[in-house]
Amino acid sequence: MYAALWRLLPGGVVLKLLQLAVIVSILVLVLFEWVFPWIAQTFMSEQSTVD
Amino acid sequence: MSDPIQREFSRRSRLARLTGVTGEVMLTIGALMALFLAWHLVWNDTIQGARQNESAMNQAQQWKEPTPLEREEVTEPTPIALQPSDESPPVTAAPAAGESFALLYVPRFGADYVRSIAEGVDLETVLNSRTVGVGRYPESNQLGDIGNFALAAHRNSFGAAFGEIGELRIGDRIFVEVPEGWHSYKFRNLEYVWATEVDVLNTFPRMKVDASDFRVITLTSCHPKFSEAERVIAYGVYEGWYPRAGGPPTEIAQIVEGAT
Repeated sequence: MYAALWRLLPGGVVLKLLQLAVIVSILVLVLFEWVFPWIAQTFMSEQSTVD
Repeated sequence: MSDPIQREFSRRSRLARLTGVTGEVMLTIGALMALFLAWHLVWNDTIQGARQNESAMNQAQQWKEPTPLEREEVTEPTPIALQPSDESPPVTAAPAAGESFALLYVPRFGADYVRSIAEGVDLETVLNSRTVGVGRYPESNQLGDIGNFALAAHRNSFGAAFGEIGELRIGDRIFVEVPEGWHSYKFRNLEYVWATEVDVLNTFPRMKVDASDFRVITLTSCHPKFSEAERVIAYGVYEGWYPRAGGPPTEIAQIVEGAT
């Protein structure tokens, strides 16, 4: 899986590492900003109110 | 390829590849879980809290901005009020659901702590919001009115607006800013209750009275931290009203002045 990705990326080792860094950053950003908040809100109960 | 040794080799390698991919998937799931924890414990408290703080600072700035007419008259720096005034506080008219209508300052929660207070305790639009974080119970009394002004916020995650609620000490000030000025409350005590004990929101908390002579503020959050087994309640009694013309109360003057 990751080996295939590594082969798929163009360029030398440095270029490949750079591209990986960009991909990972985008992935983390999407997870932190949209996916994780949605998971927390949908599946985790966190009540701070009395009712 | 018809060579039996070759075929055996390719079968093995397919198995090896399958095992390899399974391992990679498992590692990925593990990494995602670690990331989620990092988000939940760090990012969702600090980064979201900073965003809520920034959004509240913007609101404070808007209220501070003098109108063009006033601007010409302002020649001296804003005064700082040492004591509340004798005036009776203005009563905030019932806000629309989800509307940010006031700002909360609690010096004990941090020297630069300020959060927007919105109407309602809806999770998605108020308590989990990137810009708000603190909500008013619609069934409680209006801000400035006699009775109980009751708020809710998270103890952890989604900005954790009441994360430090357990650190409050008797006499700590709780300020609520509105366009007209600042309400000041003095923290009195903490109480730990079940989530079903809604009488903390009564006009006089915990008591069944028809009318009250007192203005109180009630903060509710979950307890213990990282759990929702119980609720922690903080009560504050009204201390006084600081009109905007007299300048902000000393304790929060720095942060209010910083909203430039």
